[in-house]
Amino acid sequence: MSAPAVTMAPGFELRSAAETDPDAPDLLEVSLGPQHPSTHGVFRMNVTLDGERVVTLKPVFGYLHRNHEKIAEATSYLASMPYTDRLDYFCSLTNNWAYALTVERLAGLQVPERAEYLRVITAELTRLQNHATVCGFLLQDMGALGTPLMYAFREREKILDLFESLTGARMMCNYMRFGGCRCDTPAGWIEQAGKVTANFGRFLDEFEALLTSNEILLGRTQGVGILPRDLAVAGGISGPMARASGVGYDLRKVDRYGIYDRFEFRVPVGDHGDVFDRYMIRVLEMRESLKILEAALKQVPPGPIMDPKAKLRGFRPKPGEAYGRIESPKGELGFYLISDGGPNPYRYRIRPPSFINLTLLEDLCRGHSVADTVVILGSVDIVLGEVDR
Amino acid sequence: MELLEEVMSRLAQAVPEAAAEAVPNPAVPAQSSLRVAPPHILAAARFLRDADGLRFDFCSNATGVDWPDRTESVKVRRLVDGMEKEVTETRPHPGYLEAVYHLYSVELRRGPLVLRQRTAGRAAGTALVSLTPVWRSCEFQEREIFDLFGIRFEGHPDLRRILMWDGFQDHPMRKDYQPPEDYEYEPTPHGEVLEKAQRQAAAREGFS
Repeated sequence: MSAPAVTMAPGFELRSAAETDPDAPDLLEVSLGPQHPSTHGVFRMNVTLDGERVVTLKPVFGYLHRNHEKIAEATSYLASMPYTDRLDYFCSLTNNWAYALTVERLAGLQVPERAEYLRVITAELTRLQNHATVCGFLLQDMGALGTPLMYAFREREKILDLFESLTGARMMCNYMRFGGCRCDTPAGWIEQAGKVTANFGRFLDEFEALLTSNEILLGRTQGVGILPRDLAVAGGISGPMARASGVGYDLRKVDRYGIYDRFEFRVPVGDHGDVFDRYMIRVLEMRESLKILEAALKQVPPGPIMDPKAKLRGFRPKPGEAYGRIESPKGELGFYLISDGGPNPYRYRIRPPSFINLTLLEDLCRGHSVADTVVILGSVDIVLGEVDR
Repeated sequence: MELLEEVMSRLAQAVPEAAAEAVPNPAVPAQSSLRVAPPHILAAARFLRDADGLRFDFCSNATGVDWPDRTESVKVRRLVDGMEKEVTETRPHPGYLEAVYHLYSVELRRGPLVLRQRTAGRAAGTALVSLTPVWRSCEFQEREIFDLFGIRFEGHPDLRRILMWDGFQDHPMRKDYQPPEDYEYEPTPHGEVLEKAQRQAAAREGFS
């Protein structure tokens, strides 16, 4: 069976492939998206279908492209910090951290103890709310309309309230600075965060009791979209998606950036690499994050939150380049910066995890039905603000 | 630096024709990079991925960098009319485009190894060797470099624009990119804005 080349037709188009290739069997070319609720944003998949089965799938994106990298090269280092919030708008705090970490490496800045703790706490809270929401969206894609997602959103609201009282913003936090954090915690914040953390475990128990052994969930996810381990490594897949395929590679353990070497936590690893493993890894990771949070909230020391040597104005790192990466909830978020000694970065590059995790989408979906494609895409966990940049 | 020295000596034995060069990085010495000439980079990359003790199986990041033409003014002592004088000379440095790859080893937990290859010049359609056959993760990232920097990758399975739309003609991440004048606020462009728009339309026609 020879599949015809997929043309890049704009908009929604239903056309028989037999028109373009008379030798092809009755293949149907469908443009899934960009305005489709299952694509999690303005994302399009050009799919060729043989009946219900996917023959080829070409992801098309760029609808949200604003050339963030070019904008960042035209402004000062610090002025890009609020823009990083808009990459993966669910996880602005981890985006901030990845950028701050890279600039600190480039300029050789040290981060005070308390700021390191605040970074770990906010990053793990971000991971909790991201994973909870993703599991909710994944179930929504499977037809569990509303309820699981709203349960997840209820918990997420509590974490966003914490972010709001700490940084002044719920989603666009703009919290970290080169050499520390922007502001210290308000009175009672640590206690409030402890309460939210303690309650989150109970929410997870409830969530799992309702869903994890649900027959429909198992039927829709087990054996669907299997990603083998070797292909995951070669394809640059990172984060929960890689760990579900058995790649035990968590940058919190491998690079030990920040102060992650002080906390006891395990890295869950999947056996099958299917959609169910990707769901389960996220649930297990939330439980590990709770352990980190409990320890961090107990240990957080008093002290300054900014490196006294860090300059906010007139910040010019010496010439050179640096690559920094952290384990963001979506995967490995990296920043690559080249400095020519000026106030602006000469080259500013983001390694977006959701963009690179889409590389193997076609391999995962080939042979599955359209309904499974939607679930597989949901399990990849993409945010188009980061894919398109 | 130790990692880079080890890799260089191993590479010099296995793929001597690659003639790898070390590029020091003053800011983060551990992230100094390895530059390989494009014709042999595929063999070098395969070696880096498969050799025992190296096993750089994970290409984390692939990106482009634009280095436009520049001139450097240097003070030199020269004999002028029989007298030794200090004169300022300008030296041209022709520009080039560069592709940078950040490699890690998932198996051995090592890295990063920064691999670079550069083009001969900045002309439209200038080409480098694609590393997608070695690391699949380069597939979309090299498409992005092609889209934003205009480097063609020989051996890439599906080299199309990825972030900009298909009809777009320029490469916006190049340092000399001129964004088109935004005259959409004016329903009928006239005067200065019209002149600019016409100039840019003419320039775009010359672009291949």
